[in-house]
Amino acid sequence: MNAHQQPTGSAYFIAPETAKAESHTLSVLVSNEPGVLARVIGLFSGRGYNIESLTVSETEHEAHLSRITIVTRGTPTVLEQIKAQLERIVPVHRVVDLTVRAHALGQERPIEREVALVKVVGQGDRRAETLRLADAFHAKVVDATVEHFILEITGKSSKIDQFVAIMKPLGLVEVCRTGIAAMNRGPQGM
Amino acid sequence: MTDTNNQTPDNQTPDNRMTGAEIVLKALKDNGVEHIFGYPGGAVLPIYDEIFQQDDIKHILVRHEQGAGHAAEGYARSTGKVGVMLVTSGPGATNAVTPLQDALMDSVPLVCLSGQVPTTLIGSDAFQECDTVGITRPCTKHNWLVKDVNELAGIIHEAFRIAQTGRPGPVVVDIPKDIQFATGTYTPKPEIAQNTSYQPRIQGDINAIQAAIELMASARRPILYTGGGVVNSGPGASRLLRELVELSDFPITSTLMGLGAYPASGKNWLGMLGMHGSYEANMAMHDCDVMVCIGARFDDRITGRLNAFSPNSRKVHIDIDPSSINKNVHVDIPILGDVGSVLEDMVRLWRALPKKPAKAQTEEWWSQINRWQARKSFSYKHSNDVIMPQYALQRLFEATRGHDTYITTEVGQHQMWAAQFIEFEEPNRWMTSGGLGTMGYGLPAAIGVQVAHPDALVIDVAGDASIQMCIQEMSCAIQHNLPVKIFILNNQYMGMVRQWQQLLHGNRLSNSYTEAMPDFVKLAEAYGAVGMYCDDPKELDGKIEEMIAVKKPVIFDCRVANLANCFPMIPSGKAHNEMLLPDEATDEAVANAIDAKGRQLV
Repeated sequence: MNAHQQPTGSAYFIAPETAKAESHTLSVLVSNEPGVLARVIGLFSGRGYNIESLTVSETEHEAHLSRITIVTRGTPTVLEQIKAQLERIVPVHRVVDLTVRAHALGQERPIEREVALVKVVGQGDRRAETLRLADAFHAKVVDATVEHFILEITGKSSKIDQFVAIMKPLGLVEVCRTGIAAMNRGPQGM
Repeated sequence: MTDTNNQTPDNQTPDNRMTGAEIVLKALKDNGVEHIFGYPGGAVLPIYDEIFQQDDIKHILVRHEQGAGHAAEGYARSTGKVGVMLVTSGPGATNAVTPLQDALMDSVPLVCLSGQVPTTLIGSDAFQECDTVGITRPCTKHNWLVKDVNELAGIIHEAFRIAQTGRPGPVVVDIPKDIQFATGTYTPKPEIAQNTSYQPRIQGDINAIQAAIELMASARRPILYTGGGVVNSGPGASRLLRELVELSDFPITSTLMGLGAYPASGKNWLGMLGMHGSYEANMAMHDCDVMVCIGARFDDRITGRLNAFSPNSRKVHIDIDPSSINKNVHVDIPILGDVGSVLEDMVRLWRALPKKPAKAQTEEWWSQINRWQARKSFSYKHSNDVIMPQYALQRLFEATRGHDTYITTEVGQHQMWAAQFIEFEEPNRWMTSGGLGTMGYGLPAAIGVQVAHPDALVIDVAGDASIQMCIQEMSCAIQHNLPVKIFILNNQYMGMVRQWQQLLHGNRLSNSYTEAMPDFVKLAEAYGAVGMYCDDPKELDGKIEEMIAVKKPVIFDCRVANLANCFPMIPSGKAHNEMLLPDEATDEAVANAIDAKGRQLV
């Protein structure tokens, strides 16, 4: 009943949660060693936090550093706790809440971009319409036969959501999305 | 190589070339290890072969890997050193999971070395293979699978550093068998730690400490709420805590884990707080205006109902673990740092206060506390016919005065009574499973303590159910001449389970009666120990003296009142000021103590 209100696992956390859940984007700099992603994901599942999007890739080869970008949802207290728990993981170097940083800079969100590959199958007018819309969304054709297109689109998640929705009646058969890559605006590094 | 001189670099000298198993032993020695607790098996045989061929490190053979873990925990908590356990692959590693999680929750420095199937067989479902690093990932501070013998020494050094620095905790080093056989280079312990991502913060922010001192100086109803962090920070932290109490004259309470950091005989001592803590400690926590939490973590057994927890206080929280701060309870002044270091600053800044608070400022508060103390919340009705469990512990405690005593416990009613009735004057004298609540902890922990302190009096206060969970370690105690005393408060029930069933489930005692109980006296004798029995309050003192005098392990079957309940108690879902006191706990009050909502909680 109160399961969603007991983020910390305390048996006594029965006060109804009044704070509102927010979506935040976290950037986590980790040593690129075996099992590090499992540690991060295990923390989220083990403590009942949400993951809305997750991307990971090596960013500094010489320093053996990878960057994990996580979009998560929670109340401000839970988000603070997620950050503290992540920092407790030994191979985690730094955790930055990009959303908090963006707010501090007077912006609503950090820059967040996603890439999607979208396969659309169709003939006749629908093909022309597909290409016209792809052009409007600055999507690129990366593969095609007389029956299908694969389109590559980059942008905010909302833009990709919209594009995918539009492609549905035009013969959408498959979508693959990368998840969010994000960083803060301005000259300052993470 | 461009090196022109003929000298080989330091790490290439033949002295540094050795097998993985030799590297393990050398690394343990270089980290000051004298004792390890373990159980051999196929995947650790090369290491056991090395153990056989040296005398510096003593191996204590347990009878189950869980026992090895708890023994290492007891060893660590009574000495402040790192406890070391050695287990084989597969079942050896899975049996180690309980003590690892126990050590994680109670912040005990523990290094667990486990064998693994050879690297070429990993992932093939080989005999006695399990994904040890996968299984132990959530129950360790960190863990490693060693894939290169040249990295083995460095990993073990790092394992010791991570286990004992910051908030201490358990680590696992999983070593495949071929790595143990392979020859590689031993790297000595680095002077400065290399891993840059793990650098715990020791020193507290001086501005925050100054703010805390100013807040404390303004308090009219202050309280110090201390925990295991004080003990973990070392004997210096306990000394500084005592100094701070002396200077400020604040009342002080402690969690189960922190008992002994401030002496129970101290005049500012309120007793333990929490679910079965003293009335005065809990009431003071509820009504205080300034709370200083030192090395404790606002656990649910401490806070009671969160939204009614100490509603009118400003809170200071000193902790070395940033994730403990603002986790359950929002605090006004968080101080991130080692308790010892922060207390040193606090004592200094308190001394430097331009105007010390007048005694009158807290006078009213102290007289209120005295009124609460007058309720005598640990009181019980004495009986001349049956031994009351509280009486048994009082007598046990009296008998141990003047001895060099260490107490361990299992988990349940006896554990809470021990915390209430046995008084601790020094830290590191009290070993109990607080966070995880592991039945079976006490006997192996006592063994670990006795290994570290061969001449001390080590007593495991046990229950008749808990003791059966790791009873096999009797054999270990006999083998290594460890004269631990097991004092069983035998009420023929899983007492705490029965108490909760009475409180929550209409007294339907589902599966909580200890049926087919062994004859503990004969059991002791079967192991080669001494068995004793007592069911008469008049004979108790004499028998306890006799137990203490025996220079062998003893199982003392102390028959106590069967249906005694552990009071006072904060019922589930209630606040600190809604305690159930022993003199008010009639059957009716007990039956109605917890409402439907509280019943769903643990």
